Amino acid sequence: MAIPSYATRGERIWHYLFLGICGLVFLFLIGPLLVIIPLSFNSQPYFTFSKEMLTFDPAGYSLRWYHDFFTSSAWLNAIKNSFIIGIASTFLATVLGTVAALGLSSRYMPARGVIMALLISPMIVPLIISAAAMFFFFSKVNLAQTYVGVILAHTALGIPFVIITVTATLSSFDTTLIRAAHSLGANPTRTFFKVVLPLVTPGVVSGALFAFITSFDEVVVVLFIAGPEQRTMPIQMWSGIREQISPTILAVATLLVLLSMLLLTTLELLRRRSERLRGVTPE
Amino acid sequence: MKISINNRIVKTGVAALGVSALAVAVSAHAEQTLNIVSWGGAYSMSQHEAYDKPWIEKTGDEIVNIDRSGNALAGLRSQSQAGNVTWDLVDMLPADAMIACDEGLIEPLDHDELLADAPDGTSPSEDFVDGALGDCFVASIVYSNIVAFNSEMFPEDDQPSTIEDVFDLENYPGKRALLRKPINNMEWALIADGVERDEVYAMLETEEGVERALAKLDTIKDEIIWWEEGAQPPQLLADQEVAFASAYNGRIFDAMVTEDQPFEIIWDAQVFELDGWVVPTGKLDKVKDYLHFATDTQRLADQAKYISYGPARKSSAEFVSTHAETGIEMEEHMPTYGPNFETAIQKDDLFWADFNDELTQRFDAWLSQ
Amino acid sequence: MSESPEAPLRTADGVPLKVSLRRTVRRSKIKALLLVTPLLAFLIIAFVMPIVEMLWRSVDNPEVSTYLPRTAAALERWDGTDLPDEEAFAALAEDLRVGQAERSMGTLASRLNYEKSGMRSAISRTARGAANLEPPFRESLVDAHRAWGETDTWRLIKRESRPFTPSYYLAAVDRQMSPDGEIVKVPEHMRVHATLFWRTLWMSAVITGLTLLLGYPVAFLLASLPARRSNLLMILVLLPFWTSLLVRTTTWIAILQSQGVLNDVMVALGVVADEARWQMIHNKMGTIIAMTHILLPFMILPLYSVMKTIPPSYMRAARSLGGKPFLSFRRVYFPLTIPGIAAGGILVFILSIGYYITPALVGGQSGRFITNYIAYHMQTSLNWGLAAAIASILLFVVIICYLVFNRLIGVDKVKLG
Repeated sequence: MAIPSYATRGERIWHYLFLGICGLVFLFLIGPLLVIIPLSFNSQPYFTFSKEMLTFDPAGYSLRWYHDFFTSSAWLNAIKNSFIIGIASTFLATVLGTVAALGLSSRYMPARGVIMALLISPMIVPLIISAAAMFFFFSKVNLAQTYVGVILAHTALGIPFVIITVTATLSSFDTTLIRAAHSLGANPTRTFFKVVLPLVTPGVVSGALFAFITSFDEVVVVLFIAGPEQRTMPIQMWSGIREQISPTILAVATLLVLLSMLLLTTLELLRRRSERLRGVTPE
Repeated sequence: MKISINNRIVKTGVAALGVSALAVAVSAHAEQTLNIVSWGGAYSMSQHEAYDKPWIEKTGDEIVNIDRSGNALAGLRSQSQAGNVTWDLVDMLPADAMIACDEGLIEPLDHDELLADAPDGTSPSEDFVDGALGDCFVASIVYSNIVAFNSEMFPEDDQPSTIEDVFDLENYPGKRALLRKPINNMEWALIADGVERDEVYAMLETEEGVERALAKLDTIKDEIIWWEEGAQPPQLLADQEVAFASAYNGRIFDAMVTEDQPFEIIWDAQVFELDGWVVPTGKLDKVKDYLHFATDTQRLADQAKYISYGPARKSSAEFVSTHAETGIEMEEHMPTYGPNFETAIQKDDLFWADFNDELTQRFDAWLSQ
Repeated sequence: MSESPEAPLRTADGVPLKVSLRRTVRRSKIKALLLVTPLLAFLIIAFVMPIVEMLWRSVDNPEVSTYLPRTAAALERWDGTDLPDEEAFAALAEDLRVGQAERSMGTLASRLNYEKSGMRSAISRTARGAANLEPPFRESLVDAHRAWGETDTWRLIKRESRPFTPSYYLAAVDRQMSPDGEIVKVPEHMRVHATLFWRTLWMSAVITGLTLLLGYPVAFLLASLPARRSNLLMILVLLPFWTSLLVRTTTWIAILQSQGVLNDVMVALGVVADEARWQMIHNKMGTIIAMTHILLPFMILPLYSVMKTIPPSYMRAARSLGGKPFLSFRRVYFPLTIPGIAAGGILVFILSIGYYITPALVGGQSGRFITNYIAYHMQTSLNWGLAAAIASILLFVVIICYLVFNRLIGVDKVKLG
C-alpha cells in the first residue's frame, strides 16, 4: 500500500502510525508463539529467560524437557491415543462428509438450508454443551469412557469442516468438464477417476486436515467422555497446566507449533494445486 | 502425492484398528485383572508399593490403576447408569461413599466376615478406628487437612503455631493459599473466632454460624490465593508466593523430606478425615480376596513407609516404621500421633453431605463479591 | 408420425417430456438425499439425540414419583395448608421402608437436597430406621427427623412429584419456588449464576470489541497490499489460528504470570518493583488478553474477505470528488465493510460465550465464565439437571446469535483459512 505522491504531511504521519499499529497487532498475534520456543530449551525449570540464556551461554540451554517428553510413558501413550482417535475420526468424518457434500452440491437437493444448518451445527454449538450432552447420552448407551465413544464424538465435531471445504470445492467445480470428458469418449468410471477426483481431492484433503486438527486439539469433549485409557495429548497438557506448568509443557507446545506450521504449509500447497488444476491463476 | 496421503491414512487407520483389537485380546486373556481406582500421585504410589506389589507376587493377578478418585462418584453413577461397571474397587472419601451407598451403587460390606482380624485376634470392627467402617465403606488411612507455613518467612523466635495465627495478619503478614471450597475453611474460621471444636458443625447449620465464618474469612480475604489442585500448595509455599497454605498433610510431608523444603505444619485444629475402599455393586466376589489382603494390619502399616497418612487400624500403629527412602521415623508425622491429635476435628460427613451444595454456592457468591 | 401442435412434446420412447423431466428431477432428488442420508443419520444419533436428551434432562423430574409413589398419591388430595393426615405419613413410612430395602433412597435424597439443604440426611436417616417405625406414623416420623413436622417439607414433596419441573431452570437464573409456589429470587448471598451469565456476556462483548479494534486495521492492510506481500503477512494470522488452543493458553500463562516473562522484563527495566509484580493473570484481565489473542483471527478473516471485494477505485473516486480522507473513509469505505464486521463480530461473540478451557485456566476467580459452572455441576456437585438447564440456556443464546448470523451472512459462506 504505497502512499500516493499527492499525500499531505498529515496523511504521511497517519500512514506510518497506521503501519506501526498493524505491526504491533502482528507482534501480539505471533509474539507469544515465538517466546515459548526458546523457553522450551531452558536448562532450568523456570518459565523465564535465565541470565545464561540472555548471554547465549550454551549452559543456559538444554534439551532436557524434550528428553523428559520423549521418555515419559504418560506423554507417549497420550500421543498414541491422540493419533488413534484423530485418524479414526478423520477417516469417518471425511468419508461421510464427502459423500454428503456430493449430495448437497446437487442442484436438486431438497431442504438444503435446513440440512446444511444441521450438518454445520456441531461447529456452532459450544463445545462444553456438546460435551455435556454427549456425556449424558453416551453414558446411557454404554459409550462413555470407550475409544468408540470418543471417536464418534470427534467425528461429529470434524464433519462441519469437511462439509464446508468439500462443498466449496464442488461449488466451483465446472460440470462442463464432465460432459467434455464424456464427449471425448471417456466412460463414467474413467471420467470420475481422471477428471472429477483430481479436481476434488485437494478440497477433500484439506477438509480431512481440518477434521484431524480438530480432533487432535480437542480437549473439552474428551475431558468429559474419555476414560483414563483414552487420555489424549490435550488432556495431558490440560492436567499439567492446571497443576503446575512444567517446562515439559513448553516443549510439547513448541512441537505443536511446529506441527501447525507443517499443516499450514500443506494446506497452502493444496490450495495452489487446486487453483492450478482448475486453471485459476493465483491473481 | 494425494494417493500416498490416502494410502497412509488407510494404513494407519488399519494399524490403529489392529492395535485396539490387540488390546482387547490381551485383557480378555489375562487370568484376573483388577481395575482399581485411586487418587494418583504419591498416594497411589504408596498403595502400589504396600498392597499391589506383594499381591501381584502372590497371585499373578494384573492390576490396572486408574486415577479417577477425584470424580469417583460421577464415574460410578455413569457406569451404573450405562449398566457397564468396569471398576472393581474404588478408593473414595466416606462422604461420597455414603451417597453412593444410599444410591445402591456400591456393595454393603460385612466387615467382620470380609476383613482380616488383627494379629492378636481382635475383630475388625474392634480394631478399626471410630468411623472407619461405614455401611459400604472400609477406611484404610487417616489423613488430615492442615495449614502449613514456610518457616523462612517468619523470624525464628516467632513462628506461627495455632489456627488463630493464620487469621492474624498483624503478627503474621503474608499471603495465604486456601482451597477454593467452603470445606475446612469454614471450620477453621469459626475456631479462630473462638468457637469450641465440638460446636463447630452445630454452629454451621445456622445462618449466624455461616455468617460468622464468612465474616472471619473476610478479614483475610484480600490476602488469600485460592488453590484447586493438591499439587499447588507445596509449590506456592516453596516459591514463597504465600506464607501459609492449607494442604493435605501428606503432600507437605513429601515436600519436607524429599525436597528438603523448610515447611512446618500447624497441627492445631487439623481437620482429619478417613479415606478408603468401596466395592462397586456386583464386584464383591471378584475383589474380596484383594480387599482382605490390602486392609490387613501389616499392609496398612507398610503403606505408612511411603506416605505420612495414619493407618486406620489401631493394631497397625506398632508396625509403623521408618520412611522407605530417607529413614525418617514416621510416627511424629502422622496426623494420629498424640501431640498432633490433641486439637483435631473430625470432618462431619453427614453435615457436608447435606450442606455442601448450598454452602458451595454461598461461598462462590461470597468470593465474587 | 406427424405431431399436431397441441400434442405434448415427447421423448424418444414416447413419454411426454414434462413427465420425463419430472421423473429425472425426482430421481436426482432421491439420489442427492441418499448421498446425504448416512451422514444425517450419523449426526442425528451422535449429536442431535444427545442434545435433545440434555434438553429433556433439564426438566425431567422422575425421582419423587418413582421413589415415593404412595406418598405422592396420598398427597394429591392434600390442600397444603396444614400438615397432611396420618394416611400420608403412613405412605411415607412405607415408601421409605421399601426404598431402604431396595437401596434406592439416595437418588431421591440428592434430588430433594437440591431444593432444600438438609433433606438428604432427613431422608437417609429416616430411611435407615424405617423398618422399625410404628404407628401412629405421624408421631414416629417427626420423632425420627424434625423435617417431617414441617409443612414446607410436604409442600416440597407434593410439588416435586410432578413429572416435569421448572426448578433447574429457576436455579440456573438464581430463582426458586417459594413454599407457596411463587417464583422468587434466591437471597442475595446465594446468587451466583445470573452474575456469571452477565459476566460471560459482557466480557464476550469486550473481547469482540477488542478483536474488532485490533483486527480492522490489520484486515485493511492485508486487503490493500499486493497479493504476494499480503500472503506473507497472512501467515502471521493463520499460524496462531492453526495452533492448538492449549498451546496458546500456555504461552499466555508463561508470559503473564507473576514470575513470567513480562513481569521479569518489567522488573529488569525497573518499571516495576520486584515485590509489586503485576497481577495480569488468574483474573478478568488474563481471560480478556488470552481470549482476544485466540479469537483475533476469527475477526480478521471475515473482515479481510469482505474488504477484498471492495474495489480500491471507490476510495479514489471519493477522494477525487473532494472528500477528506477521513470523511471518505467513514462515508464510503466503512459502510461497505459492515457485513464483515457483523460476520466477524457475531462469530467471535458466539465462540467467546461458549469458551471453557481458557477462562478455566487463566481466569482465576473473577475471570470465570458460566461454562465453568456447567463443568462444576457436571463433575463436582453432580447436579446434572442444573448443568443441563444452564447449558440449555446458553445453547438458546447461541442459537439466537446463529440465526442472526445466518440471516445476515449465511453459514455456507464461511471460509476456512
